[in-house]
Amino acid sequence: MKILKSSYHIFIFLFLLTQFSSYAQEEDNTLVHEFELELEAEYRYFPNQGAFEGQKDHFPSIAIQPEYSLQWNDGYESINATGFFRLDQDDNRTHWDIRELYYQKAKNNWELSIGLKKIFWGVTESNHLVDIINQTDAVESFDGEDKLGQPMIQYTLSTNYGNFDIFYLPYHRKRVFPGEKGRLRFPLVIDEDAINYESSAKEWRQDFAIRWSHFFGAFDIGLSHFYGNGREPLFAFDTSGNINAFYPVINQTGLDLQVTHNAFLWKFESIYRSSEAQDFFALVAGLEYTFSNINGNGLDIGVLGEYLYDDRDELALNALQNDIFFGSRIALNDTQDTSILIGGIADLESSSKIFSIEGSRRLGNSWKVELEGRFFSNIDNSEFILSNFREDTFLRLSISKFF
Amino acid sequence: MKKTIITVVALSIIGFANAQTPEQRGLDIAKAAEKADLGFNSSSVQLKMTLKNKNGQTSERSLTTRTLELTEDGDKSLIVFNSPKDVKGTSTLTFTHKVGSDDQWLYLPSIKRVKRISSNNKSGPFVGSEFAYEDLSSQEVEKYSYKFLEEKNGLLIVEQDPVDPKSGYTRRLVSYNKNKGYRIEKVEFYDRKNALLKTLTYSDYKLYKNKFWRASVFNMVNHQSNKETRLEFKDYNFDVNLTDDDFSQVALKRAGN
Repeated sequence: MKILKSSYHIFIFLFLLTQFSSYAQEEDNTLVHEFELELEAEYRYFPNQGAFEGQKDHFPSIAIQPEYSLQWNDGYESINATGFFRLDQDDNRTHWDIRELYYQKAKNNWELSIGLKKIFWGVTESNHLVDIINQTDAVESFDGEDKLGQPMIQYTLSTNYGNFDIFYLPYHRKRVFPGEKGRLRFPLVIDEDAINYESSAKEWRQDFAIRWSHFFGAFDIGLSHFYGNGREPLFAFDTSGNINAFYPVINQTGLDLQVTHNAFLWKFESIYRSSEAQDFFALVAGLEYTFSNINGNGLDIGVLGEYLYDDRDELALNALQNDIFFGSRIALNDTQDTSILIGGIADLESSSKIFSIEGSRRLGNSWKVELEGRFFSNIDNSEFILSNFREDTFLRLSISKFF
Repeated sequence: MKKTIITVVALSIIGFANAQTPEQRGLDIAKAAEKADLGFNSSSVQLKMTLKNKNGQTSERSLTTRTLELTEDGDKSLIVFNSPKDVKGTSTLTFTHKVGSDDQWLYLPSIKRVKRISSNNKSGPFVGSEFAYEDLSSQEVEKYSYKFLEEKNGLLIVEQDPVDPKSGYTRRLVSYNKNKGYRIEKVEFYDRKNALLKTLTYSDYKLYKNKFWRASVFNMVNHQSNKETRLEFKDYNFDVNLTDDDFSQVALKRAGN
């Protein structure tokens, strides 16, 4: 039923797309088609018994990601599509999505995209504060870098004064949380249908965002504003103690800045988000320094350090109130593109720490293996979010084949 | 009196010839090569890269490169990976500067992220190949100091010392073909210890637009590791009419999708 509902919305966009593409194809010259497919087999293992009833330890899973693109007019016009499906032990992690499906036209200094698309904003590594256009695919990965396709009309204008992006976002997508068998969840399984909206228009609230970005010499800067349904639900208790979860209408202003000087990258991201229920400020500031080609054979070792601050009260989906992130990125720059990222986040006010390791390597020409580990250590009982994940240290191994 | 004049004239001719030091002549040759290639405006080309390890095992990458010629400052280039498939769409945008470090951005298509990256790493290998980043960046005259060494079979051998201390080389010996628009036939690279590190040979040259020589094959041999990388260029297009708008972060994202 859920799938049927979202299919309906997607068909509207498909219809819009075909209208545009049939118009566009009249001035067509050479068409370039590309099709690609990624098949992934994954195994997640949680060595500790789950903290809550019904949670499993072993999660074998498979995923499929087809991608298709059609380009014409020397690549200045295209249709791009990316689908995704995962089958998992956790019913909620078994999900599909249209990651992207959009028509794009570029001409001189402007570009227009219509359809479902993924947009990334920001510069820091440990947290992505300013990045707000797409809903996070919260069941797919722990780091929040997987996103659901967002319906939009995006218009970009490049000028001597920087790039201006305007987004019209006609539809909001709810975040999906792990199901009963899943890990990295709360004692109560969150049913996304039970999460309401502050706006009476609900998911059909017509939202907008704007971003200006520019670079001057060593400086890359971005300034953005979003007005619409928030991507993170708010959890509040009513007077009788029941949880009332809803998506607030928010205004969020974001700033991201990077200064690139020799082997130093200085990074800063900050947001101010306001809504009826809550106003808060958050920032991430840090640096990355890379020792390159250390052995004369391509070995790069980068060191990263970031400070994270978030002044919102505890009833939010964020565990990073006053924390330090440290990490190291190791790239062998070999023919297999072997790379490793190790890191840790430590709470400055409690004993809580999360360590992580992510490694990847290509095998042959069309295979790729990835290893990920997340380790929850000394999680403080007072952590509103993290304390639920105390037993959720895990290892993930995945092997992908690309066609 | 007459004799004196002749002597003076003779001396001044010798003096004139000597006035052009090997440094001056080396620089003149580099400038002549740059001038011979002026006016291509923009180009695009398909590139196949074959990496061969010391046991002869090979792996391949394919890329598309677009270049925009600038005269006031260094060229702009956009490189898109088409294979291996796990990195398909990964792209780089580089603004070369005649003086100072280049500006460079990397696009990661899986997370749709554009990252400004440091151009500090000049000596590191480009995607595991025997080409260092500095071997593939736009060759601006200002990036080296020069010394003409000798002329051999129509080839002018010029020693080039990189200005940037971050370069992986003490010097390069570059062979210019003066009868073919000063195109480069061979480059020998000497490492920081001044030992011969690599030899790059250009072959299968083709003349485009009756003016621009482009080699179809670059072959880089590393004498110390016995590894090899071969670049094969095809479908050179000098009629693409690219502009600054095709070398922006917006264009970088578009190219990688």
